[in-house]
Amino acid sequence: MAARAARDLSDVTSVIQLRGVNKWFGQFHVLSDINLDVKEGEKIVICGPSGSGKSTLIRCINRLEEHQRGDIVVHGVTLSNDVKNIEAIRREVGMVFQSFNLFPHLTILDNLTLAPIWVKKTPKKDAEEIAMSLLNRVRIPEQALKYPGQLSGGQQQRVAIARALCMRPKIMLFDEPTSALAPEMVKEVLDVMIELAREGMTMICVTHEMGFARAVADRVIFMDRGEIVEQNEPEEFFANPRNERTKLFLGQILHH
Amino acid sequence: MTDDALPVGERRQLAPPTDDSGALGWARRNLFSSWGNGVTTVVLIAAIAWILTWLLEWALFTANFTATAGSECRGQGACWALIREKFRYIFFGSFPYEQHWRPLFAVIAMLAMLVLSADRRMWNWRLLVIWGVGSFVTFLLMFGQLHIPLTLFLVVALVVGGVGVGMRKGIARAGEMNTYRALAAVGLVGLALRVAGILPAWSLAIAPLSFVETSLWGGLPVTMILATYGLVFAFPYGILLALGRRSNLPLIKGLCVGFIELIRGVPLISLLIMASVMLPLFLPSGTTIDKFLRAQVAVILFAGAYIAEVIRGGLQSLPKGQFEAADAMALNYAQKTLLIILPQALRVVIPPLINTFIGFFKDTSLVLIIGIFDFLNTANQALVDPNWAGFPGEVYLFAAFVYFIFCFSMSRYSKYLELELNKGTRR
Repeated sequence: MAARAARDLSDVTSVIQLRGVNKWFGQFHVLSDINLDVKEGEKIVICGPSGSGKSTLIRCINRLEEHQRGDIVVHGVTLSNDVKNIEAIRREVGMVFQSFNLFPHLTILDNLTLAPIWVKKTPKKDAEEIAMSLLNRVRIPEQALKYPGQLSGGQQQRVAIARALCMRPKIMLFDEPTSALAPEMVKEVLDVMIELAREGMTMICVTHEMGFARAVADRVIFMDRGEIVEQNEPEEFFANPRNERTKLFLGQILHH
Repeated sequence: MTDDALPVGERRQLAPPTDDSGALGWARRNLFSSWGNGVTTVVLIAAIAWILTWLLEWALFTANFTATAGSECRGQGACWALIREKFRYIFFGSFPYEQHWRPLFAVIAMLAMLVLSADRRMWNWRLLVIWGVGSFVTFLLMFGQLHIPLTLFLVVALVVGGVGVGMRKGIARAGEMNTYRALAAVGLVGLALRVAGILPAWSLAIAPLSFVETSLWGGLPVTMILATYGLVFAFPYGILLALGRRSNLPLIKGLCVGFIELIRGVPLISLLIMASVMLPLFLPSGTTIDKFLRAQVAVILFAGAYIAEVIRGGLQSLPKGQFEAADAMALNYAQKTLLIILPQALRVVIPPLINTFIGFFKDTSLVLIIGIFDFLNTANQALVDPNWAGFPGEVYLFAAFVYFIFCFSMSRYSKYLELELNKGTRR
């Protein structure tokens, strides 16, 4: 584990750069001066108390939220109000939500092939082939013709991961992917995510699954009140948290 | 019996208790479960029986089906002979009598069109064919002669070509794309030449029958045309209004809100009167717009505002996550709206939407205010004949019955549609 965590990323190019990012919800300063570099292939876990701005942070990266100050550069494209820029970034960035957000009126297969067909103009047959191979990868090919409502939460979340992967993204964002799941389904989703991490995907995960963080993260970031309070390699982060707020938070979530 | 034979983890399932008490048992449980319920049941059954006997006596046993004048009907039950005498006028109004087969087949064509498009398997390009052919037949029969202006052909070419280029880009093969491009180009160039006055005002004349103007139309076809085309145009228009009302662009949003509130704020009758009396005052002298068309437009505008609000309810009921998931997948606004949002939003609002449709089907009867002879108006006119004075009940009951058939069908269809569209999608 220690050997993996020591992987040197210093000379790898950054695929995401955040420079002085600020955001307000009305008067509420939800993100203040966020600076973050994500290298290609890096896995980052973001944790922090609720309301700390961690979800908002990753939602800014694909423009589900608009930041008001600072720069966000994804794959060399600077986010602006230009729809072309936003769509270019969204093609490269897949996202998995806490509440799955599958399209309930479409079958699982149609959920997966929709974006490749309409956004990437992939021929239907090819899109279905890709979709089936991804459903195999998340181990639910037999559910392809069912509707989301007929699947368990864990299965739905695995479909959601496959759906994001169908676009062949370079970066995956996970917004608390296991928080809405029944306890016995958390593992099946984490297993898929770990597998994805091992294959070299660049990932940013907002999660409180510290086991996952230990297993795959290159870096753990702790956020509180809209700021990045502390970041470190997982070993060091859990063993020797430096900031008082980090200690308090870790004490709260690890003492069960 | 022991559970030893079962594999580990299995549990022996017991059959649910069966009910063998029969009809008597059912009645006892549901109708006479207590003294109070028993008395209520008996009283209600007696009341229903009394009303039913009276109704049957009046409508059937003492009714007169064969009288040739109202005077022969006096002192008896229902005078259905009146309907027998007048039904052709009630159904088809002042349409030339010997030509009544035309509105009859027009009604049949519209019914066929509606029944066919009710089937979900037709919801693709077939729908366009069904409505194209159905509408053409209907209006050809009603008018007898159609003059289709060149401009209409050009507009259709432009729209088909434009939509094809926009929607099928990157999906269709080169040949198909070139067809769309050619269509759009022909439409665009043609329209430009037409506006410039280089192309003449030519129109395609199809005239197999004698011309019957809209002021002679009456009865069921009028009600059906007003309702069908009113709703068919109001529906997409209402969708656009509902989407516009949620737009981020203040101007579009303001216009849509303003329009909806304005239209909802006035009675349909005042809109109809405006369309029939005031609009001609504003038009330059010499130009006339057919009164029927004006009423039709008023109905479309009015229905559009109501439909927009119903659909807005559906749009608001969708979780935010659906919009976000579509955004995160890089779908553009049109794709997101057409593929993700509307299919779900419309499903949610089927019951209130059909409720609105039923309301508007009946509201078309208000056009009698401006002298259009819809079904209720022709029924009304049938009462004027002095030979048959004094039997309004029969005529109105008959009209009500016809309206009921239409509205009840819509209501049933709503039920079917809800089940059909939710197949497999429910938890």
